[in-house]
Amino acid sequence: MGQTLRVTVNGEGRSDEVEPRLLLVHYLRETCGLTGTHVGCDTSQCGACTVLLDGAAVKSCNMLALQADGAEITTIEGLAPEGGLHPLQTAFWENHGLQCGYCTPGFIMAAAALLAENHDPSDEEIGRGLEGNLCRCTGYVNIRKAVKAAAQAMREGAAAPIGG
Amino acid sequence: MIPAAFQYSKAGSVREAVAQLREAGPEAKVIAGGQSLIPLLRLRLSQPSHLVDVNGVRELDYVHPEGDLLRVGAMTRHSTLVRSELVQRHLPLLAEMAAQVGDPQIRARGTLGGVFAHADAAGDYPTLAVMLDATIVTDRRRVAARDFFQHLFTTALAEDELVCEVVFPMAPGPHRYIKFRRRLYDWAIVGAAVQKMDSGWRVGLTHVGPTAVRAAAVESRLQAGATFPEAAGAAADGLEPPSDVRASADYRRHLAQVLTRRALEQAA
Repeated sequence: MGQTLRVTVNGEGRSDEVEPRLLLVHYLRETCGLTGTHVGCDTSQCGACTVLLDGAAVKSCNMLALQADGAEITTIEGLAPEGGLHPLQTAFWENHGLQCGYCTPGFIMAAAALLAENHDPSDEEIGRGLEGNLCRCTGYVNIRKAVKAAAQAMREGAAAPIGG
Repeated sequence: MIPAAFQYSKAGSVREAVAQLREAGPEAKVIAGGQSLIPLLRLRLSQPSHLVDVNGVRELDYVHPEGDLLRVGAMTRHSTLVRSELVQRHLPLLAEMAAQVGDPQIRARGTLGGVFAHADAAGDYPTLAVMLDATIVTDRRRVAARDFFQHLFTTALAEDELVCEVVFPMAPGPHRYIKFRRRLYDWAIVGAAVQKMDSGWRVGLTHVGPTAVRAAAVESRLQAGATFPEAAGAAADGLEPPSDVRASADYRRHLAQVLTRRALEQAA
């Protein structure tokens, strides 16, 4: 029944027996215990489950775990070094880029993929880059501010303050 | 929701994929990017016995110019089409369409071939293929786009047949695709595509029927010297669009005309 999945999650190599129908998001949450990746809509629209697959943002509810075989996955837990914050996390905090926080891990992972390609995105480019993510609280204005602030911090190479 | 159980195998080549499909029988399906299929599995609207994963078929991930044709491999992802300099140079309308598929996460996974095999009435590339007389190449034959798309979610593909490549004519001239939708990542409620060729305008419509439509009446009016508004007035001729929660058939007929006019004006 199970098939072997070999994958690197947040830098750690793993090998697990999984059912073919297991979705990547459930593998991350239930097998790996990484519950920072959220299940939002279950219809592949909201983007709360966004993770990086070999550097590209993907919706982990819209992939089979076995399709990640051989890949490197980064979840919100793996974005910053242990005990620290990534500039995006700091910027979301400082700019109040969240209210309830449910969508935040997905926004941060999608923004991380965007900033890897575009170091200085315009408002329009941020909007386009995050169009696969939904937020029901903020109205997006502070999210956009946060992504701009993070982009600037990353360009300036500012070290993320430990623990905020 | 959790998909119903299925068997799963990976193919590393076209030959392997077809052999696995044949062995797994008529209830097997191909999974490429899976961005349309996995939602259907989760809702259990689709319950295949076996999935043959073709993501490892690297031989189908390419963009090759050849003479005045652009050959695009079925496993080319939307995000690759958006960025490809070859696509931007030889068929920029394809890149423009690719940039409007879903959202960045979906574009990172979804494939050109998957769109053709899935044959959703709201798919974007089928419109381009039909209006430009593209050819779909499978593991065993070549099929003209107008014969490939037969009905909603129904193509000329046999159960064990794999889309390998789509061959488009090069078309670097004026072009535009306007996709009318309520939210950025949505499917088209209606879409209109126009492309200026040496021989005249080509015009195609998305989601105004079970398959993509070439708006021949608009093309011939343009050929006869009609203005853009006059020509676009023929965009709804002969259409029998669906009515659904997003739009009535009448509204879709209206959109077909308005979007065709806008696309022509913006392309020229």
